[in-house]
Amino acid sequence: MSKTLLELRRYPSAVAGLAIIGLLVGISMYTVIAIPYHDAIRLWRGGEQLWLENPRNARPVWMNLLPGVNLPRTLVVSSASAPRHEEPVGGGVRRITMSLPFDFSSRGFPQELAIFFDAAFATAAPHVTVGWRRPDGSVIRLTELAVESKGIYRISSDQHLQQELGGRPEVMLFADPSAPQQPLRGRYELVLDGFLFAEGSRLEARLIVYGQVHGLAGTDHQRRDLMIALLWGTPIAMAFGLLAAVGTSVSTLVIAAIGVWYGRWIDGLIQRVTEVNLILPGLPILIMIGTLYSRSIWVILGLVIILGVFGGIKGNRALFLQIKEAPYIEAARAYGAGNLRVVLRYMLPRVIPVLVPSFVTAIPSFVFLEATLAVLGLGDPAVPTWGKVLEDAYRSGALFVGYYYWVLEPAALLMVSGLGFTMLGFALDRVVNPRLREV
Amino acid sequence: MNEVLPLGIRRSRAVPETLVRIVSYSATRLVALFLTVVVGVYLTILVANMGGYVDVIKRAEIREGAIFRVLADPKMMRLPSDERARRIEEMIRLDEERLGLNRPFIARSLVYLRDALVLRLGFAERMNSDTGSRLVRNIILDRLPATLLLFVSAELLLFFASIFLALSLSRRYGSTLDRAVIALAPTSAAPAWFYGIFLILIFAALLRLLPFGGMIDAPPPQQPAAYVLSVLRHMVLPIAAIVLSSIFIAVYSLRTFFLIFSSEDYVEVAKAKGLSSGTIERRYILRPTLPTILTGFLLGLIGAWTGAIVLETVFNWPGLGRALFQAIGLFDTPVIVGATIIYAYLLAITVFVLDILYAWVDPRVKVGLEGRR
Repeated sequence: MSKTLLELRRYPSAVAGLAIIGLLVGISMYTVIAIPYHDAIRLWRGGEQLWLENPRNARPVWMNLLPGVNLPRTLVVSSASAPRHEEPVGGGVRRITMSLPFDFSSRGFPQELAIFFDAAFATAAPHVTVGWRRPDGSVIRLTELAVESKGIYRISSDQHLQQELGGRPEVMLFADPSAPQQPLRGRYELVLDGFLFAEGSRLEARLIVYGQVHGLAGTDHQRRDLMIALLWGTPIAMAFGLLAAVGTSVSTLVIAAIGVWYGRWIDGLIQRVTEVNLILPGLPILIMIGTLYSRSIWVILGLVIILGVFGGIKGNRALFLQIKEAPYIEAARAYGAGNLRVVLRYMLPRVIPVLVPSFVTAIPSFVFLEATLAVLGLGDPAVPTWGKVLEDAYRSGALFVGYYYWVLEPAALLMVSGLGFTMLGFALDRVVNPRLREV
Repeated sequence: MNEVLPLGIRRSRAVPETLVRIVSYSATRLVALFLTVVVGVYLTILVANMGGYVDVIKRAEIREGAIFRVLADPKMMRLPSDERARRIEEMIRLDEERLGLNRPFIARSLVYLRDALVLRLGFAERMNSDTGSRLVRNIILDRLPATLLLFVSAELLLFFASIFLALSLSRRYGSTLDRAVIALAPTSAAPAWFYGIFLILIFAALLRLLPFGGMIDAPPPQQPAAYVLSVLRHMVLPIAAIVLSSIFIAVYSLRTFFLIFSSEDYVEVAKAKGLSSGTIERRYILRPTLPTILTGFLLGLIGAWTGAIVLETVFNWPGLGRALFQAIGLFDTPVIVGATIIYAYLLAITVFVLDILYAWVDPRVKVGLEGRR
């Protein structure tokens, strides 16, 4: 074992592959500890309410590192820390003036504008006028409204305002009058001017200027942070690939060894089943099961193993046929080893080192199989995986609209993990099968 | 066959013997394969009907249909309610009898098996063929040519390109190109649709050179030449995706294989005799490796059939795979089962072709003659 490892160091591709696998395992462990499973499910499946403050389809933050790109991040301005002025006007009514300032220095326009109110009142709702002061000093009156206790005023979806401004509010409110394609940079202010009608009434507001970039991974069409799916996709892909590869290769080995050792009708039966298996359309059957019965990732895993068991029997059979005639097997028989003992203790251990490379190389194919099913819409509905991110992107036409990050991030992860395992597998193949090394 | 015979006699005897050998061998294999198909299709049917789930759906549909028919019929609505309920039950019983739902599942599954084997695939629940037919067979026959066109041409291209490249690499192994191919071999871990996404991104979305997907421009061009050209243009990206996803691993393994065979003693002898390298490659390297190469090719084709589902979906290619994908979306069980059965047939045909080619290229395969010896 240690000799193999030493020899592997001579192959740069093996070292790179091991590094990738190590990294993926590290990410998996971090993810499982940092975002417990239930939190991940809640965050991923909880709906838009959880993600109100995230922009929709925002690109990842590192896009701003590219030359010539300067997209705005999301800004949150709260009235709690903003200057406010209250004066009683008589009869318990107070006039309240708040201004929510923020600096805007990006070259791109924000994606959306919204004000989240938090008001407390007994009967009469506070009434406010919303104004917008631009860096050049001009003030635009946005609207006038009676605030509900958890009211949201979405400036971007205000049709009336849009008509008045002659364009989308998040653009027109920021556009430089001399160069309308560019936002005016500088200090903006949201001015709230209103009345509180009772003694105990209270009014707080938060302005959210949704950016075009968010987080290290960006967001999807439901404002979810893609990072959660990308992180959680790692342990799931690793577990699925590894379990499927272990399950198929171990059972294939055992069945091939039993067939070769016992011979006669058992061997014949196993060979016939292998032939039927070759004709069984694996993916369509998986699709059928996914459509009609269950999409649980564990059911699919079990099926993948069952369908894969008879896939690799032919190669293993050839190996076992040679081993069966080896003298040490005869010796084992001579001192009275039983059939099952010969198969499990003498024949199997002999071929395992030879089959490790193909085992390692098989892992990514299962990872990609899971992604394939997810892309077809048959992924486990509960679990966030790389394939499901790809499916969401595909369904929303990400490539047509230009949200390339949405496709490229899960695809890159799939590709990198696939490469990691295959590079290691190929190098192992050369170490274990010396005949390949000469050529 | 080992005794030394004059060349002419050997030829004249060898030809009919080969023919007999192949015919008897094919017949045996055909029967064996047919039995395998029967088992495979029966398994598919069992899966599709497992737990009687499909029966439950059918019964519910019959009940719903009967109630709707009664509700739509004013004469029936005028009847007293218990009489009406009796009529509904009667209609349901008749329909269930008509569909054979009153018989045990085993008996029915055999009927399904017969229907499936003769391709009587029934009616689709929601999908239509291009001509508007609801027959599953028509839907599938509409889509099959597109799948065959795409995958057979891609696999043929892949086959010849990989043999040609592998031969030229085995001639000068250790060169930069050779090392590059070895280094790129692990990229074949990803399936074709995966490369498809990247190709669409680069050539359709960014460069706007080739179409995003589909099989033909809309509206289709009138002249035959323009029509063919349009189809070819649409085929470029999917074929590139298929080739890209397996060319490196194919070239890598073939090249290794050729190298092992070119270090055999008889190749050395041929070289010593002064035969040209072309002759050596054709007669002494390609010929003995042909069975293995063909196996690889046809197994690749088998893999491609099932990979078609996603690739065609990604490229919007109007083939069988996308029909299956649409059927999943619409929960159209008859189409799903029908397409699965067609895939089973495609795989069986591929395996059969493999067997025939084997008998043809590998003289050691002599089934049917052993008895006479």
